[in-house]
Amino acid sequence: MRLSSPLAVLLLGLALFATLVPRAAHAGPYEDALAKFTTESYADTAAALGLLATSGNPRAVEVVDALADGRLLVDPAAGKVYIRGADGSLADAASGQPAAGVDAAALKAVRANNRVRGAIAAASGALSLFNPDPAKRLAAAQAVFKSRDATVLPALDAALAKETVPAVKQALATARAAIVIGSSAAPEAERIAAVATIADAGDQDALAVLQNLPPDAPASVKTAAASAIAGIQRTLAVWGVAQNVWYGLSLGSVLLLAAIGLAITFGVMGVINMAHGEMVMLGAYTTFVVQELIRAYNPALFDASLLIAIPIAFLFTGLIGVIIERTVIRFLYGRALETLLATWGISLILQQAIRTIFGPTNREVGAPSWMSGTVDVGHLAVTYGRAWIIVFAILVFLALLAVLRLTRIGLEMRAVTQNRRMAASMGIRTNWVDAMTFGLGSGIAGIAGVALSQIDNVSPNLGQSYIIDSFLVVVFGGVGNLWGTLVGAMSLGIANKLLEPYAGAVLGKIALLVIVILFIQKRPRGLFALKGRAIEA
Amino acid sequence: MLKLFSHAGRVVGRVAAGAAALAIGASVSAKAEDSIKVGVLHSLSGTMAISETTLKDTVLFLVDEQNKKGGLLGKKLEAVVVDPASNWPLFAEKARELITKDKVVVVFGCWTSVSRKSVLPVFKELNSILFYPVQYEGEESERNVFYTGAAPNQQAIPAVDYLMSKDGGEVKRWVLAGTDYVYPRTTNKILEAYLLSKGVAKEDIMINYTPFGHSDWQTIVADIKKFGSAGKKTAVVSTINGDANVPFYKELGNQGIKATDIPVVAFSVGEEELAGIDTKPLVGHLAAWNYFESIDTPENKKFIAEWQAYTKNPKRVTNDPMEATYIGFNAWVAAVEKVKSTDPDKVIDALPGIKVPNLTGGTAEVLPNHHITKPVFIGEIEDNGQFDVVWKSNGLVPGDAWSDYLEGSKDLEADWVKLKCGNYNTVTKKCGGS
Repeated sequence: MRLSSPLAVLLLGLALFATLVPRAAHAGPYEDALAKFTTESYADTAAALGLLATSGNPRAVEVVDALADGRLLVDPAAGKVYIRGADGSLADAASGQPAAGVDAAALKAVRANNRVRGAIAAASGALSLFNPDPAKRLAAAQAVFKSRDATVLPALDAALAKETVPAVKQALATARAAIVIGSSAAPEAERIAAVATIADAGDQDALAVLQNLPPDAPASVKTAAASAIAGIQRTLAVWGVAQNVWYGLSLGSVLLLAAIGLAITFGVMGVINMAHGEMVMLGAYTTFVVQELIRAYNPALFDASLLIAIPIAFLFTGLIGVIIERTVIRFLYGRALETLLATWGISLILQQAIRTIFGPTNREVGAPSWMSGTVDVGHLAVTYGRAWIIVFAILVFLALLAVLRLTRIGLEMRAVTQNRRMAASMGIRTNWVDAMTFGLGSGIAGIAGVALSQIDNVSPNLGQSYIIDSFLVVVFGGVGNLWGTLVGAMSLGIANKLLEPYAGAVLGKIALLVIVILFIQKRPRGLFALKGRAIEA
Repeated sequence: MLKLFSHAGRVVGRVAAGAAALAIGASVSAKAEDSIKVGVLHSLSGTMAISETTLKDTVLFLVDEQNKKGGLLGKKLEAVVVDPASNWPLFAEKARELITKDKVVVVFGCWTSVSRKSVLPVFKELNSILFYPVQYEGEESERNVFYTGAAPNQQAIPAVDYLMSKDGGEVKRWVLAGTDYVYPRTTNKILEAYLLSKGVAKEDIMINYTPFGHSDWQTIVADIKKFGSAGKKTAVVSTINGDANVPFYKELGNQGIKATDIPVVAFSVGEEELAGIDTKPLVGHLAAWNYFESIDTPENKKFIAEWQAYTKNPKRVTNDPMEATYIGFNAWVAAVEKVKSTDPDKVIDALPGIKVPNLTGGTAEVLPNHHITKPVFIGEIEDNGQFDVVWKSNGLVPGDAWSDYLEGSKDLEADWVKLKCGNYNTVTKKCGGS
């Protein structure tokens, strides 16, 4: 193995540091650490990691990595520690030589709990400050920032001097400042400079560091920290509002998806469809089935599973919708109460059918890789999954708007809604249009199910939690108006999220209901009232 | 199905016996002696079906196993299953139906506290026995009910103690998050009193309630993150129930809250609940229970193997309320065998003191307060949806019906053997609460 120069610097630095530590008779800290792994105690394992981080032994990184992956094995009786390689071969951790004639079955993996995992992160941070990969160095700097382990300081200084990548350099400087700020050994001026460095980071973590100065810190450091804290809090308060608005948009997009199908069946056709939520649920289960099939037959397509599920869910739930309309609802037009009861019965039948087929427990729908993870926009953490759902909701909305405005079936739907008898006399098959409209609404609900499978339980009860909210959105936005549904969903979402931090989730929801009731009292037709003769009748 | 058959059998028996009234009586009693009926009162539809269906299967499995061993008192056991459909008043109706119409001698059932409270008057009035297999908030001890799940001192308090210890991360700041109903509210009241008594400052405790089935956790998780970045080690104690857990954990993963930063310890999340989530982002989050599927004992291995064979599903998981059902069922069988009768009064008197093995290598003893002794385990979620036990109690913990940390309940004591009272006040020396 060729020693790369950063590693050599690390060794040099750590060797210098290690000479200051009193040594045990024969063994160095590395051997002491290995001995501690064999005691099967979390406290000892964590202590061993601390020793490893500063042991200066080149195999320390390997041992820490092995422990993180559960590949570090011990023989407690013999006091030996082994590393299992990726190919299953064993190596003696003390010498690094392959271990022959060891019964792998008799060995125990060193166990990790949260405390040990925290220590692993800190140790691997301290050990990979000189890693050739800048991403690893950045992660290391962040780990050191979190652990604030003063013993890493010499290594950190060496790393800082060598670092060329600006982002990593800044992270290292912040990590260094976090250590210096709390160290009583550092000169006062340096600590005040550290306050400024931390304040530049300006996030929650920086705030935590500044708020937790040791009580013996000099007054000047404390004053600098106090003014820095006030500054950070002001910025964060602004970002807090932005964050709530973003969450509101996200909730609004979910409401929009859930309600938009209902805007067709209830808003356009006037059918009180209590089984609407179950259409959403069927869409989610379609996604589950599609994913299972893809997993079984073509795992490479997994990232596209949601895209494949969208048309299938649309056609499947649309078909179910047409069947429901042809077999039940068409006999009940104009009889709101009977429709309500009949569709409620259908919703129970669908729920129990799914429960019988798939079982009562939740089903796991995986997230494709492009929907996982977050991106930081300023101090706002935007999760890709939520962002895609907003985009998707808007696309579905625009597509539906286009269908209603630009296609023949859309024209016929609007004609039937506005004046059924006139439309019939113009030669439009109103029966057929009714079935298609209901199918379209149900199909859109199915598409919503595909998106909701990403953020909610895929269980037979999925639909129930959305039905009330959906009606609320449609009624609030104005029956029969798609734009009303859009504005209604977004304003309810944002209002809910702005209320929630002050009133709590339960009271916030109640407050929102009261507001909507008062609003409907004032404007019974909702935000955007539709005008037309048939509506008046 | 079973119910239908037995009823038909009885009718056939009557017809065959002909006109003689005496003969009819004889045939009915002969039929009744053929089997002992046990009731199963778990929701098979509605919101709670997700959790309760498994317990119904568990009782059927246990009845099957017992019958393979030759039944009880020389008779076959017969399970009568009803579906209260997650509808609390229906629980009371179905309980009445089981006891009066189907003549069951014992009932295994209920999950939520509200369903238990709803059937209590029925069991008292008709003097039957209910085995309740779920961890609950305590503050109750009834003559007709045996609580085989954990009381707060067998789950919540040890979990908090663990988090305060060095191994648990010396947590100084607490978020008590729960669903808005009786179990989380009472448990959090007890925990808050306990934390304050341990010197935790009031501003270091954040209490948050959410509605049933809450699905948009963005704001709350962001709040938790903010609360947790005040520099003191923070943990979340979650009494979030059922369906709301999956979106909660998904949001934790989304916002990058790792167990090493802010661990979440849950009291209602077990192997069953994790079956619906990808657990990789959740590794290290905790749950406190009295049983985990991963616990390596011969009894547990045998139970899992038999359960998976019975359900014909090699992936079917086991969980804590299943073990509680197992213990309750075996304790009842042992008590019936002891008094050679299924008469509720005799069985109720015989149950305290009964000892049956649990699945984790210990013994569950039915106590005079109708709770049982249990070991406490704390497990960390692993990437395979199982739990790795990181802490276990020193021996068995006796269940305490009345919390020692709540004003008004700390003086109460439940003892159905000597005191014959479920809420004896040790200060006023009277039975009947505070």
